[in-house]
Amino acid sequence: MMSLPLYVQGAWFLGALLFIFGLKGMSSPASARKGIVLAGYGMLIAIAGTFLVPGLKNLALMVAALGLGGAAAWISGKKVKMTDMPQMVAIYNGMGGGAAAAIAAIEFAKGDAHSTVTTILAVLGALIGAVSFTGSCVAWAKLQGVLKKAIRLPAQNAVNVILALNAIGLGIAMVAFAPAKPELILFFFAISLILGLIVTLPIGGADMPVVISLFNAFTGLAVGFEGYVLGNPALIIAGIVVGAAGTLLTQLMAKAMNRPLSNILFTPMVASGPGEAISGSMKEVGPIDAAAMMRYASKVIIVPGYGMAVAHAQHKVWEMTSILEEAGVEVKFAIHPVAGRMPGHMNVLLAEAGVPYDKIFDLEEINGEFGQADVALIIGANDVVNPSARTDKASSIYGMPILNADQAQNVIVIKRGKGTGYSGVENALFYTDNCRMLYGDAQPMAGEIIQHLKAMG
Amino acid sequence: MDGLLALYIFMLAAFTGYEIIAKVPVILHTPLMSGSNFVHGVVVVGAMLMLGSADTVLQQAIGFFAVALGAANAAGGYVVTERMLAMFKKKEGA
Repeated sequence: MMSLPLYVQGAWFLGALLFIFGLKGMSSPASARKGIVLAGYGMLIAIAGTFLVPGLKNLALMVAALGLGGAAAWISGKKVKMTDMPQMVAIYNGMGGGAAAAIAAIEFAKGDAHSTVTTILAVLGALIGAVSFTGSCVAWAKLQGVLKKAIRLPAQNAVNVILALNAIGLGIAMVAFAPAKPELILFFFAISLILGLIVTLPIGGADMPVVISLFNAFTGLAVGFEGYVLGNPALIIAGIVVGAAGTLLTQLMAKAMNRPLSNILFTPMVASGPGEAISGSMKEVGPIDAAAMMRYASKVIIVPGYGMAVAHAQHKVWEMTSILEEAGVEVKFAIHPVAGRMPGHMNVLLAEAGVPYDKIFDLEEINGEFGQADVALIIGANDVVNPSARTDKASSIYGMPILNADQAQNVIVIKRGKGTGYSGVENALFYTDNCRMLYGDAQPMAGEIIQHLKAMG
Repeated sequence: MDGLLALYIFMLAAFTGYEIIAKVPVILHTPLMSGSNFVHGVVVVGAMLMLGSADTVLQQAIGFFAVALGAANAAGGYVVTERMLAMFKKKEGA
């Protein structure tokens, strides 16, 4: 490390600098695009600088690996649909974790003498990286629909604890008996990989975004620790920055769902009964009446959910919004923090449809405005507008912050059927007097509303 | 590297990460998660260093695996983040 030429160290320094500036740029919508491009240059510079390290062996192999991994990911990243973005991020993240674990594996295989601190960090990075690798693969499989059901072992929590203790015990042995024997190394990695698999398998799809974010933070930490082992400050800085940012982001997401992280990891959400008995009935409405209600409103708030994205209705919804606005109706979009499959995912999906981001408001900004809205239009969302979360202590979603759509003069819900949302909880909103149900797929329904709006002029 | 010096880097980097994300609006959480995912793709540099010093076939194989994974993390993370952020527009963008 100390003997590396200045231009190599300079390249890494520049890379780290650009990463931080890039991430900083990503903190505002106006500069976000520039931010990622800046960070991209940082990455190219850091990689180019690494090629200049004197005495580098296996160059052909290296170029082949870079080309293979880079090209495969580039192509898949260009093709992926915006709705499938969460699982794509998960799989790329898992690969980073796998790379960090593999770095540690080579370090152990070489068996060079290190200080105790270095060995501890190498082991920690390997453990965290390996868990992130297999865990992210499971997250991908679940969101992609390859793995359909949450697989729960008998005595799952006990198994998790035993596996974790085993992994930690083996890790301690790796440090105590360094340089470790090949059998120990192999056993340590096997248990770590299995740990990631077993911990993630029982977690339900609804909780997956938080888990992906957690693994993102994990990979960051693993990269930071291996950076210490390699004596490379660029890896340390990039890894730890991501580790810290990812940890905070994970907490924000868990808070938005009112699910403490420990709950997500150890007690998967169970579909509970409806809690309090709900009185009243669901009242249907046709697209003509829905169109008229919005056309002659002065303020409409649209609450989109993942169901809208699945139905590919966001373009139609934006077209409808434009028509309403031309008729003088004020239209705003209200986004729940966990709408979509990741926090902010819905914003991406609306942006794809062309909705400008200054029409999109998050929970805290808009919740006070539902009282003044004539119509709240709910498209493919369910749990995030369930007033039971405010009132019914017996409900499993009690305490989750929700959008107060029930406070609007009228509520229209576009929904495919009478089923419950992700949590399996019955929605009290649908039974209130000011709520009307518009049954059907979001896309054709929005299309019909548009036709009627046009007819109304 | 000097152990204590690295500790300072750890501390400052953790603080930086925390500060950067604390001010991010919710609408950017997904691109930011993806963007930070891209940034830890710098692990590819570490993987290259390891492959570059690999001596046995086993080490070469693991190193190849590490570089390919790291490169995929970096390339994939960049592409999806850039695609998402390119879509964010203010008014009149539609």
